[in-house]
Amino acid sequence: MKPNPYRTERIAFTLLLISTVVIILPVFFIVFIIIQKGFSAISWEFLTSIPKMGMREGGIFPAIVGTLYLVLGTLIFALPLGVFSAIYLTEYAQDNLLTRLIKLAIINLAGVPSVVYGLFGLGIFVIFLKLGASILAGSLTLGVMVLPIIITTSKEALDSVPKSFREVSLSLGVSKWQTIRYSVLPHALPGILTGIILAISRAAGETAPILFTVAAFYLPKLPHSVFDQAMALPYHLYVISTQVPNVEVKIRYGTALVLMMIVLSLNLAAIILRSQFRKRKKW
Amino acid sequence: MVEKGNKLNARSLNIWFGTIYALKKITIDILENEILSIIGPANSGKSTFLRALNRLNDLNSDFHFEGNIFLDGKDIYRDISIGELRKKIGMVFALPVPLPLSVFENIAYGPRRHGIQDQGRLSEIVERTLTAAYLWDEVKDRLHTSAIKLSGGQQQRLCLARTLAVEPDIILYDEPCSSLDPISTAKIEEAMLRFKHKYTQILVTNNTKQAARVSDRTAFFLMGELVELDLTENMFTCPARKETNDYLSGRFG
Amino acid sequence: MKHFKEFLIEKVIWFCGVTSIVIVVLIFIFLLKEGLSLFKHVNLVDFLFGRKWYPISDPPHFGIFPLVLGSLTVTLGATVIAVPLGIASAIYIAEIASPRIKEILKSGIEMIAAIPSVVIGFIGMTTLVPFIKHYLNLPTGLTAFSGALMLAFMAMPTIVSIAEDAITAVPHKYKEAALALGATRWQAIWRVVLRAASSGIVAAIMLGIGRVIGETMAVMMVTGNAAHIPESLFEPVRTMTATIAAEMGETVQHSEHYFALFAIGIVLFIITFIINLIADLSIHRHRE
Repeated sequence: MKPNPYRTERIAFTLLLISTVVIILPVFFIVFIIIQKGFSAISWEFLTSIPKMGMREGGIFPAIVGTLYLVLGTLIFALPLGVFSAIYLTEYAQDNLLTRLIKLAIINLAGVPSVVYGLFGLGIFVIFLKLGASILAGSLTLGVMVLPIIITTSKEALDSVPKSFREVSLSLGVSKWQTIRYSVLPHALPGILTGIILAISRAAGETAPILFTVAAFYLPKLPHSVFDQAMALPYHLYVISTQVPNVEVKIRYGTALVLMMIVLSLNLAAIILRSQFRKRKKW
Repeated sequence: MVEKGNKLNARSLNIWFGTIYALKKITIDILENEILSIIGPANSGKSTFLRALNRLNDLNSDFHFEGNIFLDGKDIYRDISIGELRKKIGMVFALPVPLPLSVFENIAYGPRRHGIQDQGRLSEIVERTLTAAYLWDEVKDRLHTSAIKLSGGQQQRLCLARTLAVEPDIILYDEPCSSLDPISTAKIEEAMLRFKHKYTQILVTNNTKQAARVSDRTAFFLMGELVELDLTENMFTCPARKETNDYLSGRFG
Repeated sequence: MKHFKEFLIEKVIWFCGVTSIVIVVLIFIFLLKEGLSLFKHVNLVDFLFGRKWYPISDPPHFGIFPLVLGSLTVTLGATVIAVPLGIASAIYIAEIASPRIKEILKSGIEMIAAIPSVVIGFIGMTTLVPFIKHYLNLPTGLTAFSGALMLAFMAMPTIVSIAEDAITAVPHKYKEAALALGATRWQAIWRVVLRAASSGIVAAIMLGIGRVIGETMAVMMVTGNAAHIPESLFEPVRTMTATIAAEMGETVQHSEHYFALFAIGIVLFIITFIINLIADLSIHRHRE
């Protein structure tokens, strides 16, 4: 049989379509199964009460609060540091070999496994700085982990503002900082925000970095200060699904559902923000 | 033309970008209230010279220079702050660069940053500068629409008005009409001629006819050197140097 | 006053920039300092090629060879599954799907990246693992194969989105020229577009592999964590990441075991750094 290029094309396109479907289907499967099995667990009581009976009953309130604290702590640390560093690197740092090396290092740090950040956090915050396993140490660790994400996305957003905007502003005698403040930042803001939201969702969903820096296995009360340990949703899910036998399926899936909803809604916000930004972008 | 005081002086100005020797020993005196055209082929250093005057070359990390530039007798690197210098020396760029703001806010951008917040004063500045740039009648009903929506020619006049709004003494034009149609070009040139009593103007252009139309004196740059500087009518009727003649008659460039 | 405020804010910016740089340097130094302490007690060859990982027996053995093989097995499995599927899907999204379908597919694939790895691990544990045990008739479903499947899925967003960007970035005129010469769309894509996008696709694959090697929680939950040298895909394995995550909680500070886990951290750090560097370089070559 002679090869027919059009038949080959049909076969190839069909295979491509099948591959795409194979990738996409599990997403729907995961979301569906978690909602189906976890939805019945969700109640006001589940969300607002503390776990009881060795986590086999009760709610997940301390884990939700712990995750909230951690995200907040991460932001307080990484947000100003990351955004200002991006401004420093794009607007102030001289373009020399050292700067390029630093940028390269920061971009590549975004690809370093989260468990390595956990090690780093344990070594420096928990042990060396003697913070112990605490919300503070956990927030700092997560902060260091999301720092490259915030710097990289902010830097991209700043770089995408045309150079001519800066030149115009400077040529009007406007100072460098005012130029950045009024001619660069406003136009880079949506991009920076997108990066920050992605960083938050990463901090909320990660388990490995908090394993040894903050997470409490079972702590049926709320933390009192930043030096306390805390429960956190992702670690809680890990614990009740692998470490504690005989936890009701409903509670496991309910916890997974809450965690997934928090993280997915943050990502959805980032996606919407970014598409708005692309639509509005005029230069 | 009437001899007035020197406004700007470049004294044996040498400029390098990395290893590229971009401007070679340029010495020019620019007179108050004149229009000086700078012509020359691409990469002859005309824009570099212009951007040296308001220190915009400083943005290039591999830029370095020797020599001096004086504004009203003061060294622009030692005696004047960079903000003060750029306030006094405005610039219109080759491509119109409206900021993604309204027409009004584009003009008000400079004055606001220099501390004028009063809405009444800002409105007055916007009207006065837009009128001077021959744009007021076209945009007075849509001051609060985005400047991006204006046509290319309108955008360039907006940029001119924006430059005027910070009340400079000197205006630099870097090939301001290279992207414009003939009618818009005519309006810009008309504005330039009207400004003569008030501003010193330096025009870098690829269009030798434009230089002939508007300028009092013309300088010819070639490969980073100032070949010739003379009254425009002399330059275009009997240039002293062969290179100038070759360029003007279209043999290269 | 205004000048002072500006001076202050510029100092703050400078300070933040320097702090970030210091943190970057600290990460390197700290990992090195803690990890290299191990080699006062254990030599490098025994560490890298030792076949026994018995950190708490007496005397302890710190050979990470089984762990490296575990990571390698899972990564290789995941790559073999993920790369063809991911690139096929990137081609579909970039070249064939209609704009609306394209948006939906892209958002769907981005959603994978958003699901926390512990949730993916949890679903793998409760659905995939029993499934594999039952249908492949294995003593346990916690195998390298399960891990490879989960990781292939988790690598998709990286591979698809970066490869898709690279394919979309190929100038239209290349494809148009091929079509004008009578090629079918598929021939134009296969012979011209993919070749032009190749360095971006390499970057996509590298970053996908980087994602897979570094993944911790999902892998730990589905691969069974047995530190022995695997003989097939259908046995439990233990990866480097899972080892750190599982054991660090129980070590004594500054014991040999503690240093050994940091040394594994260095190995991971170096591997991922090199992978990212290759990806970065190939993207840059692509741009030039």
